Amino acid sequence: MALIELKNVSKDYGARRVLAGVNLAIEEGEFVSIVGVSASGKTTLLKLAAGLLEPTSGTVTIDGQCVSEFPRGAAIVFQNYSLLPWLNALANVELAVESAFPDWPASRRRDQAMLYLEKVGLKAALAKRPSQLSGGMRQRVAIARAFAVEPRIIFLDEPFGALDALTRATLQQELAALCQARTPRVTALMITNSVDEAVLLSDRILALGRGPGAALSAAVPVPLSRPRSAKALLQDEQAVKVRARVTEFLVAGSRGPAPHAPRVARPAESAPAEVRP
Amino acid sequence: MRAKLQNFALSLVGAAVLVGLWAFLSSTVAADLPSPLKTWEESKPYIVAPWEKRGEMDQGILRMASYSLLRVGKGFLIAVLVGTPLGFLLGSSQLLARMFDPVIQLLRPISPMAWLPLGLVLFRQSEPAALFTIALCSMWPTVINTMQGVRSVPQDYLNVARVLRLGTWKRFTKVLLPATLPHMFTGYRISLGLAWLVIVASEMLTGTPGIGGFLWQEYNSLIYSHILLCILTIGIVGFCLDRLMGVAEAKLKAA
Repeated sequence: MALIELKNVSKDYGARRVLAGVNLAIEEGEFVSIVGVSASGKTTLLKLAAGLLEPTSGTVTIDGQCVSEFPRGAAIVFQNYSLLPWLNALANVELAVESAFPDWPASRRRDQAMLYLEKVGLKAALAKRPSQLSGGMRQRVAIARAFAVEPRIIFLDEPFGALDALTRATLQQELAALCQARTPRVTALMITNSVDEAVLLSDRILALGRGPGAALSAAVPVPLSRPRSAKALLQDEQAVKVRARVTEFLVAGSRGPAPHAPRVARPAESAPAEVRP
Repeated sequence: MRAKLQNFALSLVGAAVLVGLWAFLSSTVAADLPSPLKTWEESKPYIVAPWEKRGEMDQGILRMASYSLLRVGKGFLIAVLVGTPLGFLLGSSQLLARMFDPVIQLLRPISPMAWLPLGLVLFRQSEPAALFTIALCSMWPTVINTMQGVRSVPQDYLNVARVLRLGTWKRFTKVLLPATLPHMFTGYRISLGLAWLVIVASEMLTGTPGIGGFLWQEYNSLIYSHILLCILTIGIVGFCLDRLMGVAEAKLKAA
Protein backbone atom coordinates (compact mmCIF):
# COMPACT_ATOMS: atom_id res chain seq x y z
CA MET A 1 0.00 0.00 0.00
CA ALA A 2 1.22 3.47 -0.88
CA LEU A 3 2.15 5.74 2.01
CA ILE A 4 0.36 8.82 0.68
CA GLU A 5 -2.66 8.31 -1.52
CA LEU A 6 -4.95 10.83 -3.22
CA LYS A 7 -8.00 9.20 -4.78
CA ASN A 8 -10.09 11.14 -7.25
CA VAL A 9 -9.52 14.37 -5.34
CA SER A 10 -11.20 17.57 -6.49
CA LYS A 11 -11.07 20.99 -4.93
CA ASP A 12 -13.37 23.97 -5.50
CA TYR A 13 -12.87 27.49 -4.26
CA GLY A 14 -16.43 28.74 -4.34
CA ALA A 15 -17.68 28.06 -7.84
CA ARG A 16 -14.18 27.70 -9.28
CA ARG A 17 -12.84 24.18 -9.65
CA VAL A 18 -9.10 24.27 -9.09
CA LEU A 19 -8.31 20.59 -9.18
CA ALA A 20 -10.34 17.88 -10.86
CA GLY A 21 -10.08 14.16 -10.22
CA VAL A 22 -6.49 13.98 -9.08
CA ASN A 23 -5.05 10.52 -8.39
CA LEU A 24 -1.64 10.17 -6.86
CA ALA A 25 0.11 7.45 -4.89
CA ILE A 26 3.48 7.89 -3.24
CA GLU A 27 5.40 4.93 -1.89
CA GLU A 28 7.45 5.01 1.29
CA GLY A 29 10.91 6.46 0.62
CA GLU A 30 9.98 7.95 -2.73
CA PHE A 31 10.72 11.51 -3.82
CA VAL A 32 7.89 12.73 -6.03
CA SER A 33 7.73 16.13 -7.69
CA ILE A 34 4.74 17.92 -9.13
CA VAL A 35 5.74 20.40 -11.81
CA GLY A 36 3.29 23.03 -12.94
CA VAL A 37 3.08 26.55 -14.25
CA SER A 38 1.94 29.38 -11.99
CA ALA A 39 -1.65 29.32 -10.80
CA SER A 40 -2.16 25.71 -11.81
CA GLY A 41 -3.19 24.65 -8.32
CA LYS A 42 0.13 23.07 -7.31
CA THR A 43 0.10 24.52 -3.83
CA THR A 44 -3.54 23.53 -3.40
CA LEU A 45 -2.58 19.98 -4.28
CA LEU A 46 0.22 19.95 -1.72
CA LYS A 47 -2.00 21.44 0.97
CA LEU A 48 -4.60 18.76 0.29
CA ALA A 49 -1.97 16.02 0.62
CA ALA A 50 -0.68 17.60 3.85
CA GLY A 51 -4.11 17.90 5.44
CA LEU A 52 -4.01 21.70 5.46
CA LEU A 53 -7.01 21.85 3.12
CA GLU A 54 -10.00 19.59 2.85
CA PRO A 55 -10.88 18.18 -0.57
CA THR A 56 -14.29 19.01 -2.00
CA SER A 57 -14.57 15.40 -3.08
CA GLY A 58 -12.34 12.36 -3.06
CA THR A 59 -10.08 11.09 -0.28
CA VAL A 60 -6.57 11.70 0.95
CA THR A 61 -5.00 8.96 3.05
CA ILE A 62 -1.65 8.52 4.73
CA ASP A 63 -0.88 4.99 5.92
CA GLY A 64 -4.47 4.16 5.01
CA GLN A 65 -5.78 6.75 7.49
CA CYS A 66 -7.91 9.61 6.25
CA VAL A 67 -6.02 12.89 6.64
CA SER A 68 -7.85 15.63 8.52
CA GLU A 69 -5.00 17.64 10.01
CA PHE A 70 -1.28 18.01 9.40
CA PRO A 71 0.00 14.47 10.00
CA ARG A 72 2.24 13.49 12.88
CA GLY A 73 5.75 12.65 11.76
CA ALA A 74 5.58 15.01 8.80
CA ALA A 75 7.27 18.32 8.11
CA ILE A 76 6.82 21.03 5.53
CA VAL A 77 9.00 23.71 3.96
CA PHE A 78 7.08 26.73 2.68
CA GLN A 79 8.19 28.96 -0.15
CA ASN A 80 8.12 32.06 2.06
CA TYR A 81 10.19 30.41 4.84
CA SER A 82 7.46 31.02 7.47
CA LEU A 83 9.88 31.44 10.33
CA LEU A 84 8.68 33.15 13.50
CA PRO A 85 10.38 36.57 13.44
CA TRP A 86 10.50 36.95 17.23
CA LEU A 87 12.57 33.77 17.66
CA ASN A 88 16.19 33.37 16.62
CA ALA A 89 17.28 30.61 14.26
CA LEU A 90 17.99 28.15 17.05
CA ALA A 91 14.71 28.85 18.85
CA ASN A 92 12.75 28.43 15.63
CA VAL A 93 14.18 24.95 15.16
CA GLU A 94 13.96 24.12 18.86
CA LEU A 95 10.26 24.89 18.90
CA ALA A 96 9.70 22.26 16.20
CA VAL A 97 11.89 19.71 17.99
CA GLU A 98 10.13 20.38 21.27
CA SER A 99 6.77 19.81 19.69
CA ALA A 100 7.89 16.61 17.95
CA PHE A 101 9.78 15.09 20.89
CA PRO A 102 8.07 16.37 24.04
CA ASP A 103 9.69 13.63 26.15
CA TRP A 104 13.26 14.64 25.37
CA PRO A 105 15.16 16.69 27.95
CA ALA A 106 15.78 20.30 26.95
CA SER A 107 19.50 19.75 26.41
CA ARG A 108 18.89 16.96 23.92
CA ARG A 109 16.36 19.06 22.04
CA ARG A 110 18.88 21.87 21.82
CA ASP A 111 21.58 19.51 20.58
CA GLN A 112 19.25 18.17 17.93
CA ALA A 113 18.33 21.68 16.74
CA MET A 114 21.99 22.69 16.66
CA LEU A 115 22.98 19.54 14.79
CA TYR A 116 20.57 20.24 11.95
CA LEU A 117 21.43 23.92 11.78
CA GLU A 118 25.07 22.88 11.46
CA LYS A 119 24.14 20.46 8.68
CA VAL A 120 22.81 23.37 6.62
CA GLY A 121 25.87 25.47 7.43
CA LEU A 122 24.34 27.88 9.93
CA LYS A 123 26.53 27.17 12.92
CA ALA A 124 27.56 30.81 13.10
CA ALA A 125 24.03 32.19 12.82
CA LEU A 126 22.27 30.34 15.66
CA ALA A 127 21.45 33.49 17.60
CA LYS A 128 20.35 35.56 14.61
CA ARG A 129 16.74 36.55 14.10
CA PRO A 130 15.19 35.83 10.68
CA SER A 131 15.25 39.54 9.85
CA GLN A 132 19.04 39.47 10.19
CA LEU A 133 19.40 36.59 7.72
CA SER A 134 19.42 36.54 3.93
CA GLY A 135 16.69 34.73 2.02
CA GLY A 136 18.90 31.73 1.43
CA MET A 137 19.84 31.50 5.09
CA ARG A 138 16.22 31.80 6.15
CA GLN A 139 15.28 28.93 3.90
CA ARG A 140 18.18 26.94 5.39
CA VAL A 141 16.68 27.50 8.84
CA ALA A 142 13.33 26.35 7.49
CA ILE A 143 14.94 23.22 6.03
CA ALA A 144 16.75 22.54 9.30
CA ARG A 145 13.46 22.99 11.16
CA ALA A 146 11.80 20.45 8.87
CA PHE A 147 14.52 17.79 9.07
CA ALA A 148 15.27 18.24 12.77
CA VAL A 149 11.99 16.53 13.68
CA GLU A 150 13.23 13.44 11.78
CA PRO A 151 10.10 13.30 9.67
CA ARG A 152 8.86 10.28 7.77
CA ILE A 153 7.26 12.56 5.22
CA ILE A 154 8.43 15.92 4.03
CA PHE A 155 6.31 18.32 2.00
CA LEU A 156 8.16 20.95 -0.02
CA ASP A 157 6.11 23.85 -1.38
CA GLU A 158 8.32 25.51 -4.00
CA PRO A 159 11.07 25.54 -1.40
CA PHE A 160 13.55 27.47 -3.52
CA GLY A 161 11.15 29.60 -5.52
CA ALA A 162 12.12 32.86 -3.86
CA LEU A 163 15.87 32.39 -4.13
CA ASP A 164 18.47 33.44 -6.68
CA ALA A 165 19.83 30.80 -9.05
CA LEU A 166 23.14 30.27 -7.29
CA THR A 167 21.67 29.91 -3.79
CA ARG A 168 19.02 27.71 -5.27
CA ALA A 169 21.59 25.30 -6.73
CA THR A 170 23.47 25.04 -3.43
CA LEU A 171 20.34 24.44 -1.42
CA GLN A 172 19.12 21.80 -3.85
CA GLN A 173 22.30 19.83 -3.22
CA GLU A 174 21.94 20.24 0.54
CA LEU A 175 18.36 19.07 0.37
CA ALA A 176 19.32 16.04 -1.74
CA ALA A 177 22.00 15.14 0.80
CA LEU A 178 19.59 15.46 3.73
CA CYS A 179 17.04 13.25 1.96
CA GLN A 180 19.67 10.61 1.19
CA ALA A 181 21.24 10.65 4.62
CA ARG A 182 18.46 8.83 6.41
CA THR A 183 17.57 5.19 6.41
CA PRO A 184 14.82 4.50 5.74
CA ARG A 185 14.72 7.34 3.28
CA VAL A 186 12.34 10.16 3.87
CA THR A 187 9.26 10.26 1.67
CA ALA A 188 9.03 13.59 -0.10
CA LEU A 189 6.42 15.43 -2.12
CA MET A 190 7.78 18.54 -3.77
CA ILE A 191 5.97 21.27 -5.68
CA THR A 192 8.09 23.22 -8.12
CA ASN A 193 7.92 25.20 -11.33
CA SER A 194 11.40 24.13 -12.39
CA VAL A 195 11.71 20.97 -14.44
CA ASP A 196 15.47 20.88 -13.81
CA GLU A 197 14.96 20.99 -10.09
CA ALA A 198 12.47 18.14 -10.31
CA VAL A 199 14.84 16.04 -12.43
CA LEU A 200 17.68 16.64 -10.02
CA LEU A 201 15.79 15.57 -6.91
CA SER A 202 12.97 13.21 -7.84
CA ASP A 203 12.29 9.55 -8.39
CA ARG A 204 9.12 10.40 -10.28
CA ILE A 205 7.77 13.60 -11.79
CA LEU A 206 4.17 14.50 -12.60
CA ALA A 207 3.02 17.56 -14.47
CA LEU A 208 -0.03 19.53 -13.44
CA GLY A 209 -2.00 21.17 -16.25
CA ARG A 210 -3.10 24.75 -16.11
CA GLY A 211 -6.16 25.42 -13.98
CA PRO A 212 -8.99 25.89 -13.46
CA GLY A 213 -9.85 22.26 -13.13
CA ALA A 214 -6.29 21.06 -13.48
CA ALA A 215 -5.52 17.36 -13.71
CA LEU A 216 -2.28 15.45 -13.21
CA SER A 217 -0.31 13.95 -16.05
CA ALA A 218 1.03 10.44 -16.00
CA ALA A 219 4.16 9.98 -13.93
CA VAL A 220 7.53 10.23 -15.59
CA PRO A 221 10.08 8.05 -13.79
CA VAL A 222 13.58 9.42 -13.36
CA PRO A 223 15.91 6.43 -13.73
CA LEU A 224 19.11 8.21 -12.71
CA SER A 225 21.55 7.11 -10.06
CA ARG A 226 22.32 9.25 -7.01
CA PRO A 227 24.01 11.44 -6.06
CA ARG A 228 23.20 13.56 -9.08
CA SER A 229 24.89 16.74 -10.12
CA ALA A 230 23.04 19.50 -11.90
CA LYS A 231 25.92 19.95 -14.28
CA ALA A 232 26.13 16.29 -15.30
CA LEU A 233 22.37 16.16 -15.78
CA LEU A 234 22.56 18.82 -18.45
CA GLN A 235 24.21 16.36 -20.82
CA ASP A 236 22.95 13.04 -19.48
CA GLU A 237 20.90 11.32 -22.15
CA GLN A 238 18.33 9.93 -19.72
CA ALA A 239 17.93 13.26 -18.01
CA VAL A 240 17.39 15.02 -21.31
CA LYS A 241 14.66 12.51 -22.19
CA VAL A 242 12.94 12.92 -18.86
CA ARG A 243 13.07 16.68 -19.14
CA ALA A 244 11.62 16.56 -22.64
CA ARG A 245 8.73 14.35 -21.57
CA VAL A 246 7.84 16.47 -18.57
CA THR A 247 8.01 19.64 -20.62
CA GLU A 248 5.79 18.04 -23.24
CA PHE A 249 3.19 17.21 -20.60
CA LEU A 250 3.40 20.73 -19.26
CA VAL A 251 2.87 22.32 -22.64
CA ALA A 252 0.05 19.94 -23.53
CA GLY A 253 -1.56 20.50 -20.15
CA SER A 254 -1.46 24.25 -20.38
CA ARG A 255 -3.09 24.29 -23.82
CA GLY A 256 -6.16 22.18 -23.24
CA PRO A 257 -9.40 24.14 -22.95
CA ALA A 258 -11.72 21.46 -21.55
CA PRO A 259 -11.05 21.14 -17.83
CA HIS A 260 -12.30 17.60 -17.49
CA ALA A 261 -10.70 16.14 -20.59
CA PRO A 262 -8.01 13.64 -19.72
CA ARG A 263 -5.14 15.58 -21.23
CA VAL A 264 -2.69 12.94 -20.24
CA ALA A 265 -4.13 10.24 -22.44
CA ARG A 266 -1.38 9.90 -24.98
CA PRO A 267 -1.09 6.16 -25.36
CA ALA A 268 1.23 6.45 -28.32
CA GLU A 269 4.09 7.55 -26.11
CA SER A 270 6.98 5.13 -26.18
CA ALA A 271 8.01 5.35 -22.57
CA PRO A 272 5.73 3.43 -20.24
CA ALA A 273 3.50 5.93 -18.53
CA GLU A 274 3.68 4.60 -15.07
CA VAL A 275 0.34 5.29 -13.46
CA ARG A 276 -0.07 3.73 -10.09
CA PRO A 277 -3.48 2.86 -8.85
CA MET B 1 22.32 65.97 16.21
CA ARG B 2 22.10 69.31 14.41
CA ALA B 3 18.50 68.64 13.44
CA LYS B 4 17.69 67.69 17.02
CA LEU B 5 19.17 70.91 18.34
CA GLN B 6 17.26 72.87 15.77
CA ASN B 7 14.02 71.13 16.75
CA PHE B 8 14.66 71.91 20.39
CA ALA B 9 15.36 75.58 19.66
CA LEU B 10 12.23 75.83 17.53
CA SER B 11 10.05 74.30 20.22
CA LEU B 12 11.45 76.84 22.70
CA VAL B 13 10.45 79.62 20.32
CA GLY B 14 6.96 78.12 20.09
CA ALA B 15 6.65 78.04 23.87
CA ALA B 16 7.88 81.63 24.11
CA VAL B 17 5.23 82.76 21.63
CA LEU B 18 2.55 81.07 23.72
CA VAL B 19 3.80 82.67 26.96
CA GLY B 20 3.90 86.04 25.17
CA LEU B 21 0.30 85.62 24.06
CA TRP B 22 -0.64 84.65 27.60
CA ALA B 23 1.06 87.76 29.04
CA PHE B 24 -0.61 89.94 26.42
CA LEU B 25 -4.08 88.54 27.11
CA SER B 26 -3.76 88.81 30.88
CA SER B 27 -2.70 92.45 30.66
CA THR B 28 -5.42 93.46 28.18
CA VAL B 29 -8.75 91.64 27.78
CA ALA B 30 -8.67 88.87 30.40
CA ALA B 31 -8.21 90.68 33.65
CA ASP B 32 -8.84 87.60 35.79
CA LEU B 33 -6.14 85.60 34.02
CA PRO B 34 -3.00 85.74 36.14
CA SER B 35 0.05 86.88 34.20
CA PRO B 36 2.93 84.42 33.66
CA LEU B 37 5.00 86.27 36.21
CA LYS B 38 2.25 86.27 38.84
CA THR B 39 1.62 82.59 38.17
CA TRP B 40 5.27 81.81 38.73
CA GLU B 41 5.50 83.82 41.92
CA GLU B 42 2.41 82.31 43.48
CA SER B 43 3.33 78.79 42.34
CA LYS B 44 6.91 78.96 43.47
CA PRO B 45 6.41 77.32 46.90
CA TYR B 46 4.76 74.36 45.19
CA ILE B 47 7.50 73.97 42.62
CA VAL B 48 10.64 74.55 44.67
CA ALA B 49 9.38 72.22 47.40
CA PRO B 50 7.48 69.78 45.20
CA TRP B 51 7.30 67.04 47.82
CA GLU B 52 6.19 69.10 50.82
CA LYS B 53 3.00 68.33 52.70
CA ARG B 54 1.52 71.32 54.48
CA GLY B 55 -2.02 70.08 54.69
CA GLU B 56 -4.54 67.71 53.11
CA MET B 57 -5.04 69.94 50.09
CA ASP B 58 -1.88 72.03 50.36
CA GLN B 59 0.97 69.92 49.06
CA GLY B 60 3.89 70.19 46.65
CA ILE B 61 3.00 69.79 43.00
CA LEU B 62 4.90 66.54 42.49
CA ARG B 63 3.32 65.03 45.56
CA MET B 64 -0.09 65.95 44.20
CA ALA B 65 0.79 64.55 40.80
CA SER B 66 2.05 61.36 42.39
CA TYR B 67 -1.33 60.74 44.04
CA SER B 68 -2.96 61.09 40.67
CA LEU B 69 -0.35 58.91 38.99
CA LEU B 70 -0.84 56.16 41.53
CA ARG B 71 -4.58 56.27 41.00
CA VAL B 72 -4.11 56.23 37.23
CA GLY B 73 -1.68 53.33 37.55
CA LYS B 74 -4.21 51.28 39.48
CA GLY B 75 -7.08 52.11 37.13
CA PHE B 76 -4.92 51.48 34.08
CA LEU B 77 -3.78 48.15 35.50
CA ILE B 78 -7.39 47.07 35.93
CA ALA B 79 -8.14 48.21 32.39
CA VAL B 80 -5.21 46.21 31.01
CA LEU B 81 -5.96 43.12 33.08
CA VAL B 82 -9.58 43.09 31.97
CA GLY B 83 -9.15 44.54 28.51
CA THR B 84 -6.35 42.34 27.18
CA PRO B 85 -8.03 38.95 27.75
CA LEU B 86 -11.30 40.43 26.53
CA GLY B 87 -9.57 41.58 23.36
CA PHE B 88 -8.05 38.13 22.84
CA LEU B 89 -11.42 36.51 23.34
CA LEU B 90 -13.20 38.81 20.91
CA GLY B 91 -10.34 38.54 18.44
CA SER B 92 -10.37 34.78 18.32
CA SER B 93 -14.12 34.22 18.24
CA GLN B 94 -16.25 35.61 15.43
CA LEU B 95 -19.36 34.74 17.40
CA LEU B 96 -18.33 36.66 20.50
CA ALA B 97 -17.13 39.58 18.41
CA ARG B 98 -20.46 39.84 16.65
CA MET B 99 -22.24 39.55 19.98
CA PHE B 100 -20.29 42.22 21.83
CA ASP B 101 -19.06 44.60 19.17
CA PRO B 102 -22.23 46.75 19.17
CA VAL B 103 -22.18 46.89 22.97
CA ILE B 104 -18.58 48.09 22.98
CA GLN B 105 -19.28 50.71 20.35
CA LEU B 106 -22.10 51.90 22.59
CA LEU B 107 -20.06 51.99 25.80
CA ARG B 108 -16.97 53.57 24.26
CA PRO B 109 -18.20 57.14 23.77
CA ILE B 110 -19.66 57.50 27.27
CA SER B 111 -17.96 60.32 29.17
CA PRO B 112 -16.15 59.63 32.45
CA MET B 113 -18.45 62.17 34.10
CA ALA B 114 -21.35 59.83 33.40
CA TRP B 115 -19.69 56.76 34.91
CA LEU B 116 -18.48 58.42 38.09
CA PRO B 117 -21.86 58.88 39.80
CA LEU B 118 -22.65 55.24 39.00
CA GLY B 119 -19.33 54.25 40.58
CA LEU B 120 -20.16 56.29 43.67
CA VAL B 121 -23.56 54.62 43.91
CA LEU B 122 -21.98 51.17 43.54
CA PHE B 123 -18.96 51.59 45.84
CA ARG B 124 -20.09 54.39 48.14
CA GLN B 125 -16.51 55.68 48.31
CA SER B 126 -14.65 58.06 46.08
CA GLU B 127 -11.46 56.00 45.64
CA PRO B 128 -12.96 52.81 44.20
CA ALA B 129 -15.42 54.93 42.23
CA ALA B 130 -12.50 56.78 40.61
CA LEU B 131 -10.73 53.51 39.75
CA PHE B 132 -13.95 52.11 38.35
CA THR B 133 -14.33 55.16 36.14
CA ILE B 134 -10.73 55.16 34.94
CA ALA B 135 -10.76 51.46 34.16
CA LEU B 136 -14.07 51.58 32.36
CA CYS B 137 -13.15 54.58 30.24
CA SER B 138 -9.61 53.62 29.33
CA MET B 139 -10.26 49.94 28.66
CA TRP B 140 -11.68 50.21 25.14
CA PRO B 141 -8.59 51.08 23.12
CA THR B 142 -6.86 48.07 24.72
CA VAL B 143 -9.78 45.80 23.90
CA ILE B 144 -10.15 47.01 20.35
CA ASN B 145 -6.45 47.06 19.47
CA THR B 146 -5.84 43.62 20.98
CA MET B 147 -8.84 42.31 19.06
CA GLN B 148 -7.55 43.78 15.81
CA GLY B 149 -4.08 42.42 16.56
CA VAL B 150 -5.34 38.88 17.05
CA ARG B 151 -7.40 39.09 13.88
CA SER B 152 -4.47 40.34 11.83
CA VAL B 153 -1.96 37.66 12.85
CA PRO B 154 -0.50 36.61 9.47
CA GLN B 155 -1.79 33.29 8.18
CA ASP B 156 1.84 32.16 7.75
CA TYR B 157 2.40 32.15 11.49
CA LEU B 158 -0.84 30.32 12.13
CA ASN B 159 0.24 27.76 9.54
CA VAL B 160 3.51 27.28 11.43
CA ALA B 161 1.50 26.54 14.57
CA ARG B 162 -0.54 24.03 12.60
CA VAL B 163 2.30 22.15 10.95
CA LEU B 164 4.38 22.05 14.12
CA ARG B 165 1.24 20.69 15.80
CA LEU B 166 1.60 23.12 18.69
CA GLY B 167 -0.80 22.67 21.59
CA THR B 168 -3.20 25.44 22.58
CA TRP B 169 -0.90 26.91 25.21
CA LYS B 170 2.26 26.79 23.07
CA ARG B 171 0.30 28.22 20.15
CA PHE B 172 -0.76 31.09 22.37
CA THR B 173 2.60 31.86 23.97
CA LYS B 174 4.86 31.23 20.97
CA VAL B 175 2.74 32.49 18.10
CA LEU B 176 -0.42 34.42 18.97
CA LEU B 177 0.92 36.54 21.83
CA PRO B 178 4.20 37.68 20.21
CA ALA B 179 2.39 38.43 16.95
CA THR B 180 -0.22 40.53 18.77
CA LEU B 181 2.13 42.30 21.19
CA PRO B 182 2.82 45.42 19.08
CA HIS B 183 -0.92 45.99 18.61
CA MET B 184 -1.52 45.45 22.31
CA PHE B 185 1.01 48.10 23.18
CA THR B 186 -0.55 50.61 20.83
CA GLY B 187 -3.77 49.98 22.75
CA TYR B 188 -2.01 50.38 26.09
CA ARG B 189 -0.54 53.67 25.02
CA ILE B 190 -3.90 55.13 24.05
CA SER B 191 -5.49 53.68 27.17
CA LEU B 192 -2.94 55.26 29.45
CA GLY B 193 -3.48 58.63 27.78
CA LEU B 194 -7.21 58.29 28.30
CA ALA B 195 -6.75 57.24 31.93
CA TRP B 196 -4.77 60.41 32.55
CA LEU B 197 -7.56 62.47 31.00
CA VAL B 198 -10.14 60.76 33.17
CA ILE B 199 -8.26 61.16 36.46
CA VAL B 200 -8.49 64.93 36.46
CA ALA B 201 -12.22 64.90 35.93
CA SER B 202 -12.84 62.23 38.52
CA GLU B 203 -10.71 63.98 41.16
CA MET B 204 -12.50 67.24 40.51
CA LEU B 205 -15.84 65.61 41.12
CA THR B 206 -14.81 63.62 44.18
CA GLY B 207 -12.49 66.23 45.69
CA THR B 208 -9.77 63.73 46.54
CA PRO B 209 -6.18 64.93 46.90
CA GLY B 210 -4.40 64.81 43.58
CA ILE B 211 -3.69 67.14 40.74
CA GLY B 212 -7.35 67.41 39.67
CA GLY B 213 -8.60 67.79 43.23
CA PHE B 214 -6.06 70.51 43.87
CA LEU B 215 -7.08 72.34 40.71
CA TRP B 216 -10.72 72.35 41.72
CA GLN B 217 -9.97 73.47 45.26
CA GLU B 218 -7.82 76.38 44.10
CA TYR B 219 -10.61 77.43 41.77
CA ASN B 220 -12.97 77.50 44.73
CA SER B 221 -10.36 79.43 46.77
CA LEU B 222 -10.04 81.95 43.93
CA ILE B 223 -6.28 81.31 43.52
CA TYR B 224 -6.37 81.27 39.76
CA SER B 225 -2.62 81.10 39.21
CA HIS B 226 -2.65 77.60 40.72
CA ILE B 227 -5.15 76.52 38.11
CA LEU B 228 -2.57 77.35 35.49
CA LEU B 229 0.10 75.54 37.49
CA CYS B 230 -2.09 72.43 37.54
CA ILE B 231 -2.88 72.65 33.84
CA LEU B 232 0.81 72.85 32.98
CA THR B 233 1.63 69.95 35.29
CA ILE B 234 -1.12 67.80 33.81
CA GLY B 235 0.22 68.49 30.35
CA ILE B 236 3.82 67.70 31.24
CA VAL B 237 2.98 64.49 33.07
CA GLY B 238 0.71 63.33 30.25
CA PHE B 239 3.43 64.06 27.74
CA CYS B 240 5.99 62.07 29.73
CA LEU B 241 3.62 59.11 30.08
CA ASP B 242 2.99 59.04 26.34
CA ARG B 243 6.69 59.26 25.58
CA LEU B 244 7.46 56.38 27.95
CA MET B 245 4.86 54.17 26.32
CA GLY B 246 6.10 55.29 22.91
CA VAL B 247 9.62 54.15 23.73
CA ALA B 248 8.34 50.79 24.98
CA GLU B 249 6.24 50.40 21.84
CA ALA B 250 9.13 51.23 19.54
CA LYS B 251 11.34 48.71 21.34
CA LEU B 252 8.73 46.02 20.81
CA LYS B 253 8.26 46.81 17.16
CA ALA B 254 11.98 46.78 16.50
CA ALA B 255 12.35 43.37 18.12
